[in-house]
Amino acid sequence: MEKALFEYLLRLGDDSLILGHRLSEWCGHGPILEEDIALTNLSLDLIGQATSFLDYAGKVEGKGRSEDDLAFLRFDKDYRNLLLVERPNGDFGVTIMRQFLFDAYRKPLFERLVHSSDETIAAIAAKSLKETKYHLKHSSEWVIRLGDGTEESHERIQEALNDLWKYAAEIFYEDEVDATLKEAGVLPNMETLRADWEEIVYSVLKEATLETPDNNWKQEGGRKGLHTEHLGYILAELQYMQRAYPNMEW
Amino acid sequence: MVVTTEEIWGYLEEVFDPEVPVLTVVDLGVVRDVELNGDACKVTITPTYSGCPAMKRIEDDIVEKLNEKGIENVTVELVLAPAWTTDWLSENGKRKLKEYGIAPPENEPDKSVLFADPIVVPCPKCNSKDTRLVSQFGSTACKAHYQCNECLEPFDYFKCLR
Repeated sequence: MEKALFEYLLRLGDDSLILGHRLSEWCGHGPILEEDIALTNLSLDLIGQATSFLDYAGKVEGKGRSEDDLAFLRFDKDYRNLLLVERPNGDFGVTIMRQFLFDAYRKPLFERLVHSSDETIAAIAAKSLKETKYHLKHSSEWVIRLGDGTEESHERIQEALNDLWKYAAEIFYEDEVDATLKEAGVLPNMETLRADWEEIVYSVLKEATLETPDNNWKQEGGRKGLHTEHLGYILAELQYMQRAYPNMEW
Repeated sequence: MVVTTEEIWGYLEEVFDPEVPVLTVVDLGVVRDVELNGDACKVTITPTYSGCPAMKRIEDDIVEKLNEKGIENVTVELVLAPAWTTDWLSENGKRKLKEYGIAPPENEPDKSVLFADPIVVPCPKCNSKDTRLVSQFGSTACKAHYQCNECLEPFDYFKCLR
């Protein structure tokens, strides 16, 4: 049970950490100042959530690792994030579509985790849910604006959707970790999660005049630590200071 | 030295939010509890947003302030539940925000409504209701960015979090 809980906390924490890091790459590069600030605000929320989840993961593991140890001192195969969140930022449309597919999962997920039998997870979920509502509203409205916008914006965000679609299926990846936690009541009512995600995604895509890709080929592996080449580059940047100057603080 | 929890709450009224220095940590609603056990004082606080970078600073400032008041044995505990909401912002706090030039939170519709009718956020400078949202995300996690169409003042809005 502790082992499954630790694994699951890494999945939650690493999704937040890696996507938060990706969004931070936009700092100073946003298409307009307001979006530069918005994307880094989302990043800050996600890094904060990662801190909470990884802090708790370290306590559950019981080996004295802090949230910083877990964030900065693991190797790539020990990260459990979705492949979706490590995808490169691409243009603004790619970043927004990646965010939208993720937010549409996170909101219903946190709505469930609020009822977790694990009090710490329930508390982090309640906190994060309030923030995630803002994130989903932001990304949904941009998907609609870009999709139902100009020919150029429509084409670009449709392309982003076509490319990211194969990574979206991993959101619903489940294994013995989930089974153990469901039995313990840590993960309540997960059966309808996919239906909730689909409802959000299909209604927004329709409004955005975008077509759902008919390609059902899926690419997964992140939940088991098998990542794309992109994670290595992220970690090189993320971990550089701690690797070069162990235990540095400021 | 004998102090009461009331006195400690009073001392905490002298600790200001580092990002919005017009508000005390009590106005902001982040101080959830004060406990005394002999000469040991425990202050429980909760973050506004998960990634709020001010929390560590607030923690240090509380310890420093109470030490200054002669209370040596101070611990600050951070709790996540129940999650902070702008409903905990005191009336006094809302008034001070407006005077400082930040519009206090309004009653907002649920975030799940896409392209919802914009809420009316009166300009903190000229009180005009003719204002517009520039960005849902502002200079800190807790604020959105607005502009007044009447006096053209750009201003921060302390957004509603529930």
